[in-house]
Amino acid sequence: MSIVTLANKATNNVGIANSLQHILTKYLNVFIAPFLGILFFLGIWSIAAQNIQTSLGVFPGPSAVLTQFSSLYEEHLAERDKADAFYERQEKRNAARVAQDPNYVAKVRKYTGKETFLDQIITSLITVMSGFILATVIAIPLGITLGLSKILNTAINPIIQIFKPVSPLAWLPLVTMVVSATYVSDDPFFAKSFLNSMITVTLCCLWPMVINTSIGVAALDQDLLNVSKVLRLPALTHVRKIIIPSSIPMMFTGMRLSLGIAWMVLIAAEMLAQSPGLGKFVWDEFQNGSSESLSRIMAAVLVIGFIGFLLDRAMLYLQRLVSWDKSNAAL
Amino acid sequence: MNPILDISHIDMVFPTPKGDFTALKDVNLQINKGEYISLIGHSGCGKSTVLNIVAGLHQATSGGVILNGAEVKEPGPERAVVFQNHSLLPWLTAYQNVELAVKQVFAKKMNKKEMQEWIEYNLTLVHMDHAMEKRPDEISGGMKQRVGIARALAMQPEILLMDEPFGALDALTRAHMQDSLMEIQAELNNTVIMITHDVDEAVLLSDRIIMMTNGPEATIGEILEIDLDRPRSRLDLAKDEKYNRYRAQVLEFLYKKQRKVEPMRKSKTENKVKTPITSNL
Repeated sequence: MSIVTLANKATNNVGIANSLQHILTKYLNVFIAPFLGILFFLGIWSIAAQNIQTSLGVFPGPSAVLTQFSSLYEEHLAERDKADAFYERQEKRNAARVAQDPNYVAKVRKYTGKETFLDQIITSLITVMSGFILATVIAIPLGITLGLSKILNTAINPIIQIFKPVSPLAWLPLVTMVVSATYVSDDPFFAKSFLNSMITVTLCCLWPMVINTSIGVAALDQDLLNVSKVLRLPALTHVRKIIIPSSIPMMFTGMRLSLGIAWMVLIAAEMLAQSPGLGKFVWDEFQNGSSESLSRIMAAVLVIGFIGFLLDRAMLYLQRLVSWDKSNAAL
Repeated sequence: MNPILDISHIDMVFPTPKGDFTALKDVNLQINKGEYISLIGHSGCGKSTVLNIVAGLHQATSGGVILNGAEVKEPGPERAVVFQNHSLLPWLTAYQNVELAVKQVFAKKMNKKEMQEWIEYNLTLVHMDHAMEKRPDEISGGMKQRVGIARALAMQPEILLMDEPFGALDALTRAHMQDSLMEIQAELNNTVIMITHDVDEAVLLSDRIIMMTNGPEATIGEILEIDLDRPRSRLDLAKDEKYNRYRAQVLEFLYKKQRKVEPMRKSKTENKVKTPITSNL
């Protein structure tokens, strides 16, 4: 074997080693590092938890929370079985009465059992999305208007600046009173508690969206504005074809900020107002004060975090789908 | 011969905190149909201001611009502009960018089929028919500028205004673009005003070169008629005596008569810094 082939073989081996190293680094970044991070966190949590004594017993470690997840799910299934049984009994009873007396109009009552953990998650999700969508419907047109008119922007800016730093929770008592005074109906389509939480969420979602949209609109490239002028685009076409597409990346920045804040605020509002949702679940467990309460609260905390993360990811995917500016929507 | 465009004694004064700044003083120029005019001069001499006044994007402080007997008061598609930075809408494909202009200008005159053919014709003219469905961020700088030119041509303007159309391109791409432009010009014979920094570009493309003095109070210094036969070839002209004489005349004007002593100003592109997003939340 000549020296040249030897040398070639050596470089080849180096090449293989290099690509192997490359793959390793990639896996290290994507899987191993986060996995190690989580493992480290679980270790610290577990050790720390054992050493914290509360009046409700030892602080829950990872394993206690894990068992709690499965028992929460079992409770949910049990509650569903109860509900099914209730409706079955009701149906049978009504059928029997109708058989006896054909003129009898059967009454159908709703099952009024306790809401399970899963029910509360769904309630919270529906509330946060409704509040967020309502805020979007108000904030985007308002933001566009403010971005287009400098005078209007200067007029409204002080109001926005004052209301923006107000914690939406401070609004909650006012919202509650206004809703109960104005939303009077015998057969309400929405529960009042739902409206309270939703409006509070809307109030906190508004500002980041209004501000970001108006900045995005006002920052329109002068060149693009000139294109629109040269083409003599009518005002509405100008907004539709130039203004809105160019400010979409900023709109999404505002929407993502809003949704993040909304989720945090909603949990607090539900705790404070005792409206159904994950916040109420946490508060009820705290008031309940059983030996399992802390681990159930910890399970809720993890779920809240995970849902918040998913909501942000969902917005990001939506942004990638809608926005032309992919650089702004990198995962 | 009746000129198609009459730039009649325009002054441009910008109010500044330190008092009025007279950018242009008594700029007077008549342009005939089918003429190719270059405006050349140092940075900051007000070339762009002249173009913007013709486009209607700026209003002259005194004097006025008359196109086909009517005064220019606002921007319009009959004075299409090719901007230095292509100014394509980044969310639209090349085809859609041209379509936006065609739909606006020919809304009542063409049906859908005719519009489609017209858009495709113009994109073919600039050799961009192979990338009609590409968006601006997927094509090179030269290609973007081609689409920008197609968009302007598609408006079928009375006069085509070009603000340093090839200024942001590298030398080789620029030469390509100049050849393309001459080819298109041979076919359409548009009336064109082009701003340029490039002496070769001015001599190669123009019928007349308007040389502007340095600001403030910039005005037309000299006008050079370029009497070279078309079609022009850059290779043949490189050895052509007449061509080199014209070239020397422009160079002499720029670097001897109007030599700039002050440091060069920042170019247009450098000034464009987008405001960061997060700081304003």
